[in-house]
Amino acid sequence: MKALVAVKRVVDYNATILVKADGSGIDTNNLKFSINPFDEVAVEEAVRLKEAGMVSEIVVVSIGPAQAQDTLRNALAMGGDRAILVTVDGDVEPLAVAKLLRAVVESEKPDLVILGKQAIDGDCNQTGQMLAALLGWPQGTFASALAFKDGELNVIREIDSGNETVSLQLPAVITADLRLNTPRYVSLPNIMKAKKKPLATTTPATLGVDVAARQRVLKVEPPAKRKAGIKVGSVAELVAKLKNEAKVI
Amino acid sequence: MGRSIHWPAGINRAYRLILCIGDRTGKLMERESMEFDVVIVGGGPSGLSAAIRLRQLAAASGRELSVCVVEKGAELGAHILSGAVMEPRALDELLPDWQAKGAPLTVACADDNFIFLTERRAVGLMAPPQMNNHGNYIVSLGNVVRWLGVQAEEAGVEVFPGFAAAEVLYDPSGAVRGVATGDMGIGKDGKPTENHTPGVELLAKQTIFAEGVRGSLTKSLISRLHLDKDCNPQTYGIGIKELWEVDPSQHRPGRIEHTVGWPLDRETYGGSFLYHLDNNQVAVGYVVGLDYKNPYLSPFEEFQRFKTHPAVRRIFESGRRLSYGARALAEGGFQSIPRLTFPGGLLVGDTAGFLNVPKIKGIHTAMKSGMVAAEAIFAALEKPASGALEVTAYPAMLKASWVWKELYLSRNIRPSFHWGLWGGILYSALDTYLFRGRAPWTLKVHSDHDQLRDARDSVPIAYPKPDNTLTFDRLSSVFLSGAVHEENQPCHLQLKDPSIALTVNLARYDSPEQRYCPAAVYEIVTEAGDNSSHLHISASNCLHCKSCDIKDPTQNINWVVPEGGGGPNYPNM
Amino acid sequence: MAHVLVIAEHDGAGLQAASLCTISASFQLAKAQGGEVHVLVAGGSARQAAEAAAKIDGVAKVLLAEGDSYAHGLAEPLAALVAEIGGGYGAILSPATSFGKNLSPRIAALLDVGQLSDIIGIVSADTFIRPIYAGNAVATVQSSDCVKMVTVRATAFEPAKADGGHAVIEAVSAAVPDARSRFIDQQLSKSLRPELTAARVVVAGGRGIGSAENFKTLIEALADKLGAAVGATRAAVDAGFTANELQIGQTGKIIAPELYIAAGVSGAIQHVAGIKDSKVIVAINKDEEALIFQVADYGLVADINQALPELCAELSK
Repeated sequence: MKALVAVKRVVDYNATILVKADGSGIDTNNLKFSINPFDEVAVEEAVRLKEAGMVSEIVVVSIGPAQAQDTLRNALAMGGDRAILVTVDGDVEPLAVAKLLRAVVESEKPDLVILGKQAIDGDCNQTGQMLAALLGWPQGTFASALAFKDGELNVIREIDSGNETVSLQLPAVITADLRLNTPRYVSLPNIMKAKKKPLATTTPATLGVDVAARQRVLKVEPPAKRKAGIKVGSVAELVAKLKNEAKVI
Repeated sequence: MGRSIHWPAGINRAYRLILCIGDRTGKLMERESMEFDVVIVGGGPSGLSAAIRLRQLAAASGRELSVCVVEKGAELGAHILSGAVMEPRALDELLPDWQAKGAPLTVACADDNFIFLTERRAVGLMAPPQMNNHGNYIVSLGNVVRWLGVQAEEAGVEVFPGFAAAEVLYDPSGAVRGVATGDMGIGKDGKPTENHTPGVELLAKQTIFAEGVRGSLTKSLISRLHLDKDCNPQTYGIGIKELWEVDPSQHRPGRIEHTVGWPLDRETYGGSFLYHLDNNQVAVGYVVGLDYKNPYLSPFEEFQRFKTHPAVRRIFESGRRLSYGARALAEGGFQSIPRLTFPGGLLVGDTAGFLNVPKIKGIHTAMKSGMVAAEAIFAALEKPASGALEVTAYPAMLKASWVWKELYLSRNIRPSFHWGLWGGILYSALDTYLFRGRAPWTLKVHSDHDQLRDARDSVPIAYPKPDNTLTFDRLSSVFLSGAVHEENQPCHLQLKDPSIALTVNLARYDSPEQRYCPAAVYEIVTEAGDNSSHLHISASNCLHCKSCDIKDPTQNINWVVPEGGGGPNYPNM
Repeated sequence: MAHVLVIAEHDGAGLQAASLCTISASFQLAKAQGGEVHVLVAGGSARQAAEAAAKIDGVAKVLLAEGDSYAHGLAEPLAALVAEIGGGYGAILSPATSFGKNLSPRIAALLDVGQLSDIIGIVSADTFIRPIYAGNAVATVQSSDCVKMVTVRATAFEPAKADGGHAVIEAVSAAVPDARSRFIDQQLSKSLRPELTAARVVVAGGRGIGSAENFKTLIEALADKLGAAVGATRAAVDAGFTANELQIGQTGKIIAPELYIAAGVSGAIQHVAGIKDSKVIVAINKDEEALIFQVADYGLVADINQALPELCAELSK
């Protein structure tokens, strides 16, 4: 079984996010970029499936600038077999990402596509579902456990009220939640080995996909600062306020 | 969450698998080893300059030479913090076409201002000639290092950020044969977690230690090999820096201001720097000599208070703070330079202490020391060696270079401030204008940790509360540094004897680590129930400045590297 | 003029609270677009829920789709249904719950439109406000797609009033695609307490709680009284009062409950970063200068050893 994993290069989750003073976006100058943490979980899951003998080959795909090669090499050092970079400068909206991935899927013909459930920059949480729709494949989103059973894939999904198990016929799209696994550390020798693994590049034009934006970001602002509210004099007053004013209990 | 890695370009090396006994867990653990010609510990200006020079020499002579750099920061530049005004002298020699290659040296120094502050007034002083910055650049050293990293990778250097060299490896003869990176995935309890990944042995014909000020491996080397037996102790300062975006009306690209005086007392060495970069950014910081005497002194709060001076506050009042960080500086200079070589390795850059204090510059000397070391190593490796190699040509070549002359001529300035601010300024003027650095004597440098007076003989300092626009508390500052560590790991701030934290630090000095640590790592916590106290160490706040390792009165705090990738994540610092 | 369709999440009997908030957002959008609000209620047997939706003042029409394939909220058949009936709408809104997040992008792709996720404000018929970078920035985004596909963060909108309306209920159906996914089962949270990141109410303790025992008797007791999740600051975790996975903040979990009660919490920015999107913040701390009061909607300066038991007692009244 062949698995395809999509990874995105994002501003590192530890970086301090600063909104540009002119409101045009986030100042990403000289910020550290890393593999999207949810995608890292997706890669780890594919590697574990390979180690368990369920998957025979792992292809990692990224869509982004030339520097996204670093992200792909990271995924290869974790255990991916080969990589494909679709080179695009600037933001690509999830629908266009899904279309690019569909094109890659059509040529690679994997049985399983694993993605992170969302990227921590745009926080869209769309690409996996869109890709599944475009391919007409079933989807197992927000996965916290995978198990193969009778030729089908059982996915435990994290839902608001607990967990849900769905069974999917392959091929299918899975999006990873953080509890699916804890990604391994890459080791220096594996970084060296990963360097020899093939990394192909292509472009949206070659794949025949229009990546023109459908949305326009008019401005980006820092979130509104919370203001201090009121001090209450007693517990009874607090409960009364929560009941009658805030209406949260 | 595992660390991501920055991908180096360049050549491949063979690796092999060896078995060794796990030191922390006692169980058999696989630790692989990789061999290089030269391994460099630390991806700062000196380490990268050495790496680039080695590959340049190899390319020029057509020799194969493998060079590996390990860096504990999550990426190159992540742990780099400096003012910084950079003298491009060494860079001109290393990469003469740096301008064409897009080096981030874009803001030429315009005007120098040396100012004496009283609480309300600012008096311009004549800037000493060492502070003349004509031809220099105001830079983010972190960004310069990121750029140097790209040059190094293009030159074929293997750069591995996110990997901390945790251990020096010695051969049976006692010569250094390389370093080992730390294990990843060791829990708080010292036991391997499910993601445990053993460290790797990086073996080399020469290991260059380029760890920056007070390197933890360098410290162990100095102690084991007595590298400091013929020099004065090293003396340090703590530099705390913020990066601000200011109102365009307050921005003067290229402007440099240095102050002495208020808010520091006259017996304490220190002062401020304020550099106008581009994009309405201003770097502002404060340096306090770690030989300060009053245990109640707080370098962090002195810096915060400094910003409230009428001449300073107007610059920042309508701005916003972008980043924060801190790092120790080696101020001992010429007298404190230890033996630089030993069988199997050598020291370059600030871990050896090449800062020129009166110039307040050490980037150019650090880079030059790395380049000279590279040239010496390259020549030495040409000859077939039997046994471990000590590259004694390096100190000899360094002595013949401009680095040595610079440091020699400025050697008496910093120690003269032992006579207080005015004594120091007076002596420095005499030394500079009359003796021109060639006074027939050399003043002694003393260590810092034994300088504190007892708390009961000291006057507590009442620092104003932060206003959260101009001045801030430590925790909200650390937040801006991007400091993060894997929480489930052994504490990397080790107390040799935990009881001393209370019996000496608290009892005699009122726990000064609570005040000199710029990251709120140390806190005396008193239990509500029985009123007992203990020292709480929030190691994950640590900015890797090394002040605790330096200033702790009984040297009871030992700073060791945490899991690779941990620490601050400075952008544009 | 274009109508707005809301995809309701329901339990068969009535609409989920998040659906009511989404409907209230749809009223704003319908006003801007100059159309009506229609609500789709799909399920195995969903008439009762549809009737509840019809009673919401302001809803013009309820579309009811019943069938076994819709019984468990699977995205595959539902998306096919909405793609068939939804193309003519000016906007399709879903709650940004695990149900809506799973479903809405699948519909968007079938309709070949983009999506705006997790909106917290509506500026105009085509422009929305949504958080990015885990709430560290807020973007105003304009969509040029013919159908605005949107998921709505419930806490950003007041729930619509569940009575006063008389909408018509209209049955709809669509061809059901081959089922390639199957619902197996649902495991509702085993613990009595909800999961921290999904809880409606969170009670958290800081170092001011004093001990692991106090954490149990004060924080956990109050949480159980409120049906709330339990959280902690890093200082409380460091001090060993409670487990690591309950840590909220920069290096812990980011939460946005309707009610967040911070007891003995100092309010360091590292912690506040994890709670700042909560709807209502209550702080109880004996130090009246504690930073947490700067972000709290309701502050009570009191000793938590007395205030928390008192609060439990007051809630029992």
